[in-house]
Amino acid sequence: MTSNYFAKIFSTSPFTAMQEHMIIVDECVHRLTPFFKAVLKQDQVKVKEVYKEISKLENRADALKKKLRLQMPKGLFMPVARRDLLELLLVQDKAANQAKDVSGLITGRKMIFPAAVADLLPDYVKRCEDACKQARKVINELDELVETGFAGKEVRLVASIIHELDAIEKDTDRMQIKIRATLMKIEKDLPPVDVMFYYKVIEGIGDVADIAQRIGSRVELLLAK
Amino acid sequence: MDHATIYIILAGVFGLFMAWGIGANDVANAMGTAIGSKVLTIKQAVLIAAVFEFAGAFLAGGQVTSTIRKGIIDSTAVAQSPELLIYGMLAALMSAGIWLLVASHKGWPVSTTHTIVGAIVGFAMVGLGMDAVKWVKVGAIVASWVVSPLLSGTLAFFLFRSVQKLILTTDNPIESAKKYVPIYMFATGFMIAMVTMFKGLKHIGLELSTGQSYLIAIVIGLLVMGCGIYYISRIKIDPSDDKDFHFTNVEKIFSVLMVVTACAIAFAHGSNDVANAVGPMAAVISIASDGVVSQNSAMPAWILLIGGIGIVLGLAMYGRKVIETVGQKITELTPSRGFACQLAASTTVVIASGTGLPISTTHTLVGAVLGVGMARGIGALNLGVVGNIFMSWIITLPVGAALAIFFFYFFKGIFG
Repeated sequence: MTSNYFAKIFSTSPFTAMQEHMIIVDECVHRLTPFFKAVLKQDQVKVKEVYKEISKLENRADALKKKLRLQMPKGLFMPVARRDLLELLLVQDKAANQAKDVSGLITGRKMIFPAAVADLLPDYVKRCEDACKQARKVINELDELVETGFAGKEVRLVASIIHELDAIEKDTDRMQIKIRATLMKIEKDLPPVDVMFYYKVIEGIGDVADIAQRIGSRVELLLAK
Repeated sequence: MDHATIYIILAGVFGLFMAWGIGANDVANAMGTAIGSKVLTIKQAVLIAAVFEFAGAFLAGGQVTSTIRKGIIDSTAVAQSPELLIYGMLAALMSAGIWLLVASHKGWPVSTTHTIVGAIVGFAMVGLGMDAVKWVKVGAIVASWVVSPLLSGTLAFFLFRSVQKLILTTDNPIESAKKYVPIYMFATGFMIAMVTMFKGLKHIGLELSTGQSYLIAIVIGLLVMGCGIYYISRIKIDPSDDKDFHFTNVEKIFSVLMVVTACAIAFAHGSNDVANAVGPMAAVISIASDGVVSQNSAMPAWILLIGGIGIVLGLAMYGRKVIETVGQKITELTPSRGFACQLAASTTVVIASGTGLPISTTHTLVGAVLGVGMARGIGALNLGVVGNIFMSWIITLPVGAALAIFFFYFFKGIFG
């Protein structure tokens, strides 16, 4: 016999869960380095193993995303618009999806990269992971943003983190252009279908950084009054 | 045993039960926030609630009790048959008690205040005639139910905004908190003391001039502030706590403030919700012992005492558990927000108590929570639940009235 209707006013804050979701996404994306290491070594057993890990993490992120959506029903009054938050969640989740798609494609086709491209890949992958890590940093500030009521020093801090994220993404763009140019020089000596998929993978890796950047811009939208 | 004695005993028992119910259930809403943010342990919360609810009811509850007792019904209408008022007030206590029992069992958000007022207006309309109700006063009370959440919401909004401006968004929030939190403490102590003295402490034999009141209020404010500064200086600021969440240490400072505002809200709750629960009891006892309905009779202080005792009993027997449950669910309200809600709500409630308006502390607190929410201060609020809470008092009025009418004729049949 408890009248705790007053307590019912307070819904579980979605922000902590958003941060948890991003941590899983980031861990998923960070499996790309060990994955490409195995790919370049042509260690098919290891490739499959890491792919399974990526896939598992992506599933976990997906499950959490679904749970979070249920946690944000209509009629919830939050410091930011519900739609903005749901869209941010969707973009976060996309980063994990992208990591899974790229690694899935490589695993499925048992792809082997030409040496000239292979030399450039680890740094490129690493930089795209950096972008995701930076996006995680942005998301990690969500609870602080709520604490300060989206104002003041905290907003400036988040803006600077996002600024750096944009710089990292630009880096990955430059790297992508360079790898594509390298591939173009040797493409006529390679099987055309393979070349097509090389381009697809290069673009796919870059998309991880693009999505990370979009996480940043989504948060920027939350900051705008 | 003559009828008068039976009336007094019945009223005493019902009144005690009402106060007990408030102690068991209602206090949790006021104190739960302090538990949820882990500022107080359950034991401390129960102790603070006991002391300050009691003090609030005893020191500042007189005006509200008097409104319930003789402000809603025009006593000239019942001067010829004072026993009608006794039946009615007993009926009001009965219906409020039963309705609260049912509602808290079902988890419905109802308020004692609204039930009691609805019950009194109900029996007066049907049993004594439309003219017996002082509609102007009733209108003022109903208006205060709309105004009180709005006022406390506005206060909470600006309080939290000031916290943002002065502390949270500054370059060194910890230092800012140390500087400004004591000022909020002073404000809390000053406000409670001032409002309490402003409406008079004559019933405990203390008559103060306005100047004296200000002086004492300032001294009390300074005392509270002094204690606060001492406790804040004892807080261990551990930078490693801020690693995951950068405001852990700032919140620690706010938690000292929240202890102060928890006392304030307990005091405010005692001065209004408890007072309006013992109002009908006071009415019955004064009529039964004097045999006449007098507009001027002073209320014996011991009636407020019974209210205070009832609430402490309720707290001790049952409230502990409820506070714990409510507290566990209000974890999202950190001290920097919780204090703003409590200070805004207690200010509003204490002012209402001073003017003799029976309002609901819970509703006022809900208004305050929404105010902080408007200032983008709370993670997620359930607007549906808020709507239910505000809707409930509209439903409570006719239910309280209907029950009271039933019991009025019931008592009239037995004793009349």
